[in-house]
Amino acid sequence: MEFVEKARIMDGMRINRALARLASEIVEENHGAGHLYLVGIQRRGVPLANRLADKIADLEGERPPVGVVDITLYRDDLSTVGANPIVNRTDLPIDVEGRNVLLIDDVLYTGRTIRAALDQLIDFGRPRRVQLAVLIDRGKEHRELPIQADFVGKFVPTKKSEIIKVMLDDIDGEEAVAIVERPPAEES
Amino acid sequence: MKATLKQKNLLGIRGMSAGEITHVLDTAENFREISEREIKKVPTLRGRTVINLFFEPSTRTRTSFEIAGKRLSADVINISSSSSSVTKGETLLDTARNLEAMSPDIIIIRHPSSGAPHQLARVCRASIVNAGDGAHEHPTQALLDALTIRQHKGGFERLRVAILGDILHSRVARSNAHLLTTLGATVALAGPGTLAPPEFASLVEGGSLRVERRIEDAVADADVVMVLRIQRERQDKAFLPSLREYAVHFGLTRKRLSLARPDVIVLHPGPMNRGIEIASDVADGSRSLILDQVANGLAVRMAVLYLLGGGAATTTPNTNPVSQVKSENESATTQAEQLKFAVTAGGSEGSSS
Repeated sequence: MEFVEKARIMDGMRINRALARLASEIVEENHGAGHLYLVGIQRRGVPLANRLADKIADLEGERPPVGVVDITLYRDDLSTVGANPIVNRTDLPIDVEGRNVLLIDDVLYTGRTIRAALDQLIDFGRPRRVQLAVLIDRGKEHRELPIQADFVGKFVPTKKSEIIKVMLDDIDGEEAVAIVERPPAEES
Repeated sequence: MKATLKQKNLLGIRGMSAGEITHVLDTAENFREISEREIKKVPTLRGRTVINLFFEPSTRTRTSFEIAGKRLSADVINISSSSSSVTKGETLLDTARNLEAMSPDIIIIRHPSSGAPHQLARVCRASIVNAGDGAHEHPTQALLDALTIRQHKGGFERLRVAILGDILHSRVARSNAHLLTTLGATVALAGPGTLAPPEFASLVEGGSLRVERRIEDAVADADVVMVLRIQRERQDKAFLPSLREYAVHFGLTRKRLSLARPDVIVLHPGPMNRGIEIASDVADGSRSLILDQVANGLAVRMAVLYLLGGGAATTTPNTNPVSQVKSENESATTQAEQLKFAVTAGGSEGSSS
């Protein structure tokens, strides 16, 4: 399926600035990085979590631990998506018990991914607190569950027909955030 | 683009593409972590029903499938031949139709007759997983062997694999021969002439499969040595003079293993006959990965259940099984015909686990 790019809303510089601001908001809100545990949601949440951990280390002199969750096995649409989605690695190197877990994803849209991540996290233990940081929030009107982000890199109101495409060096070989759209069906 | 498992059933390795096999292995690799969690369970197959239908004794494979299903939150029901209506004379198809009426999502079957899972696939809406049919195929065993090999060798290209022992009765050997050659390995089969007939080289086209008369010739410079179980229950037809003689001429000893590459790994599908096909010091030695195989077996079976059972169920019964199938009552053939059949599609009487 071909998508048409409508607009580039962030470049590498802007992504980096947004992450720097998020990092300082996170340490301010949590009074330091003491019990913080950054957990990236596969796939683009993972490099974002690592970059935030680096920036928090610059601010606090201590790099919080970083974990990875893959929510595929916790999806609520497995019986309807046809071919099964690829299962990626889940890796929580330290116990979530008693930690301030910060879930990190690239885009917040319906909230269903975050629901799945929360369910999975709770299967690993009982965190003291769970917060959510996202690079892009597409707006509350798209939410299908009562889930909001605690830290937002950029708020981007979008239509349902649009898709936010986050591209990161580690996965996509370039740094950008774009709005793309499926072209309207051609008249035949 | 990444390959996905297009088929509804897992009946055999033969007919699977390298991409499909790799997709199962990649998925299995990521399932290993679930078994290391404190709560070893994910909700993926909640509300799905998995039936373990075993017409042959099995502990390892049946338990492995059962735990795999349970860790994915499926409801798993075990039916074994000794405690079912099969002993009361019900045919396989009638059993299948009755199970179908209870709408299971996946049926895992082990049967002494080659092709039994294919027969089931033709009448059932549920996905069918072959857990060993006669001497034909045992696909999840080959997949777990491959996962173990890949973890230690990185890949399969130009890898030299020796498979030793009772090739004739072994569905493990057949599935492995198909899988390993599909992924680019070279396979040498070896065993006594009665149990490793030269015709087996034609199981796979392209010359990447050969049969050696002496196991030393198969083991020489091998990266992987796979030892098969001598099926004592099938040795009444004078395939072997004695088990003792087998151990002397064909058992994997430390001395024979020293002909292989120094970083060789040793696999055995279990259960082992210590001192017969494999010496105890080899089985327990540092090159042996027999317990890794069991852990990987669980991950592979979780991956297979996920890939077949997690997505939207297709509703048409499978009508195009990849392998030729022979029904039970057709097996009254001559020894030569049986052997030929055994080479191409698996005999109807042998088995292994």
